[in-house]
Formats: sequence, C-alpha cells, structure tokens
Amino acid sequence: MRRALVGCLAVSLAAPPLGVFLMLRRMSLTADVLGHGILPGIAAGFLLAGLSVPAMALGGVLAGLVVALGAGALSRATGGREDAALAALYLCALALGVVMVAMGGGTAELTQLLFGSALGVDDAALLLMAATATLSLGVMAFAWRPLVLECFDPSFARAVGAWGGGWHMVFLALVVLNLLAAFQALGTLMGVGLMMLPAVAARHWSRDVGGMVYAAVALAVVASFGGLLLSFHADLPSGPAVVLVAGLGWVVSLLFGPVEGVTARLRRRHLAG
Amino acid sequence: MTRPAAPVLLENLTVCHERRPAVHHLSGAFAPGSLTAIVGPNGAGKTTLLRAIAGLHKPQEGRIRTADRVALLPQASMLDRGFPISCLDAVMLGLWRQSGPFRAVAPAGRAQAEAALEAVGLRGFQKRPVGSLSAGQFQRVLFARLLVQDAPVILLDEPFNALDARTAAEMLALVKAWHGEGRTVAAVLHDLDLVERDFPQTLLLARDPIGWGPTAEVLTAANRLRARRMAEGWAEDAADCDMDQAA
Repeated sequence: MRRALVGCLAVSLAAPPLGVFLMLRRMSLTADVLGHGILPGIAAGFLLAGLSVPAMALGGVLAGLVVALGAGALSRATGGREDAALAALYLCALALGVVMVAMGGGTAELTQLLFGSALGVDDAALLLMAATATLSLGVMAFAWRPLVLECFDPSFARAVGAWGGGWHMVFLALVVLNLLAAFQALGTLMGVGLMMLPAVAARHWSRDVGGMVYAAVALAVVASFGGLLLSFHADLPSGPAVVLVAGLGWVVSLLFGPVEGVTARLRRRHLAG
Repeated sequence: MTRPAAPVLLENLTVCHERRPAVHHLSGAFAPGSLTAIVGPNGAGKTTLLRAIAGLHKPQEGRIRTADRVALLPQASMLDRGFPISCLDAVMLGLWRQSGPFRAVAPAGRAQAEAALEAVGLRGFQKRPVGSLSAGQFQRVLFARLLVQDAPVILLDEPFNALDARTAAEMLALVKAWHGEGRTVAAVLHDLDLVERDFPQTLLLARDPIGWGPTAEVLTAANRLRARRMAEGWAEDAADCDMDQAA
C-alpha cells in the first residue's frame, strides 16, 4: 500500500503534464487509445510469464509504440479526422487484450490488469514508476519549447526545421511509458484517468501552459492520496477509486474554477471602461 | 538585416495533393527584392505554392531553388487561436534560429520581441494570452513574429483577410517597409484593387500559371477570364498528365 502511494505520487508528477499537452493538441482520445492499446502487449507478457512486471512492461511498451505509430499514420491518412478510426482501433485492442488475459488466467487477474491493485505494486513496479517519472520530467524540462511550438504551430515548427515530428514521437513514447507505469497501481483502463482528468480540470485554473501543468499535478497528487485511502478503507479497486477522486476534482474545477468555470461565468460582470 | 542573395527560382514545379496537382508545371523567379502578389481563384494552388517554397510540401516534380531563409505567414485559420500562450512567447518563437530548441532567449532577443510587438501596435500586450485577442490582433502577433524572424524572403498567405481597414492598412505598411528594405516578398491576395495599387509584380495562378510579370501586364481582362474559365473547367476524373510522361 505504501509502495502504491509512492508510485502513484511519482506518476502524478509526470503523467498530468503529458495530459495537458495531449489536451492542447486535441489528442485526448489518443491517450485512451494508447491506454487500451498497451493491454494486448501486457496480456502477451502475462500469458508468457505470468504476473511478472518486466515481461508485462516489455509487452506493453512494444504494443504501445505500435499503436502510437498506427494512430499517427491514421491521423495523417485521414487528415486529422481520425477519431472514428481511433475509436475502432481501441475497441479492437481492448477486446483482444481481454480475450488474451481470459485465455491465460481468471477473473481475478483480469480485474487486476484492467482496474489495478494497490497491493500488486511490488518493488519492480515501483522502480518502473519512479524511473518513468524521472525520465519524463527530465525530457519535458529539456524539450519544453519544442513541445509547445509543436502544439501551437506545427507548420512553423517544420518550416524553421525544429524536428517537429521527432519531438512528437518522443512525446508519444513518454505517454506510453507513463500509462504503463500507472497500470500496476491503477490498471490499464484507469491509468489514463490520472493523466487526462487532472489535465482537463487544470484548464479551469490557469490560462497558460505552465500554470495548467502545476494545477494538473496538484490535482493528480490529491487524487492519488484520496483515491488510495478510499480504496484501502472501503476495500475498492484502486484504479477506479483514484479516477473517481480525480473526476470529483474535475467537477469541482468545472463548477468553481476561475477560468470558464460555471460560477465564474454566472458571477462575472463586465469591467468598467 | 540580411538582404536576399538570390532569386527564388521555380523550375517546372508541380506539387500535388493525393496525386491531384495543386501547382502544375510552374517555372519562373521571384527576383531579389521584388514585391509580388499571387492571385487566382480558390483552389488554384496559391497556398500550396507558398507552403512548398517554405519547405512544407515536397515537389512532385521540378524544384525550388532558394539561397535565402524563408519566413511564412500562415493563413490565420490554420492556427489554434485558443492556445494558452502569451503574446510575447508567441513572438519569441520567431527567434528559433538563435535560441534553438533548448537555449534561453537572450535579453537582446526579448527586447527584439518586445519592440516587434510595439511595431505592430500591441504595446502592453506582452503577457496577454493569444486566446483573448481579436482576429486582427492575432494577425498582428503573427506579423510581429515575422519581424523577429528577420528573413530575407517573406511569404504571406492571405495576410489581410478578416482585418478591419485600419489593421489592414497598418499591416500593409509593414509589407511595404519590408519591400523598401530590399527583401523578397510574395503575398497571396484576393483584393485586386489592392494588388493594382500596391504590388508591382503579379503571378496569376489557376493551377497552371496564367501570367507572371508586371501587374498591369498580367491582370488583363483576358487573363482574368482565362483564369476563371480554368477554375470552372477542372475535371473531376482527369487522366494522367501527358506533360509528365514527356518530362
């Protein structure tokens, strides 16, 4: 349980900033697709080696990178209108993953892989979470400007030779890694929640990218704490508990956030002059 | 500032969208220091031509030769205007050549960006998020970024669209100033009165080039009619171009 908490806090530092960039690029759905896309890889690792972190992680990374490349290709082939194709892709990946897990194990394993288990976080999983967070934060600090430029004006990025596509792939690889790091504690279905919900909620707290990132991290930390406590005391699966708390954070942000929050809109009077 | 060293040469240039040519066997040159309007009906390949010169589309055939750095003002509709970035940061992205992806922006660069904001009439807007700007103000930010880029060759894609008269006039003054400094400038435009008044050179494009030269010689009634005819007559089921096989 303590390991799960430390691990979730590590993921809370690294995943929400990635979520902010995904949201700004209108790629929220892509995160979902990647989250589901790693499941068949994890399931393959599980079939071959049981509940072993290295095997499942390796399978997950490979599957995730394949899906990331595939989603990128779909996006280019459909000229940015890829949402239908992406929905099809992630349904297939999810079904395939569930079938594979069911072939090799029972309902208990399936629930653990899909929804996470705080007690399933062993030292290897914790190491993976911490390493991923360190790497992600390092890369994001290093590549902040190209990432922002790639989001704001991809054509300009290419025109000034900023290696835009390359940064995008690095970025997607980080997303895959973070989803993978989250899955032991939160499950593949719910790991996306800790990435996207704080990011979406952060929109209501700040008008600039940096502020959104801070707000998203803060919300994710609170959700991790609250969710794991809830899961521990009420005996709930940890993934949905954390995501529910994050969802509560989103609703609160939507209602009371200063930027385009519901009450801020109702109360706002126009400025003088 | 660096003056253009050489013309922008187009040699038998064809650029395609899904095998359909948007620019078709275009040859010619933008002379160093020239100010050219690119006009033609919708879908004539004007945007594609600019983007190809800026290196964003690969030519299917032929080639583009430029010895100089090219800066492009994109159509405003191609950008996410709600993006959470401040005006100053957006302008400072134009310093990419100096700052690169990682280095900090030097104080001189920051001063340059602030001066550019002031030059486009956005003094005091440094910290404003671009999402809070009107369409005209956003276009001013993009012009400020061009100022900071300081490129010898400047390409403008519908720079005055959706601008009120005053903003358009002020941005036109910037364009003329660039011309006066000896930069090569080409702009996609729809307002033919403006072209006849302020742009010495014109390229009339209807996928195939109709005319390229001094504006008065290109914008004849006969040429305009021809461009319109070609725009109306584009076949949906065109066969492979026989010029391609000959080439």
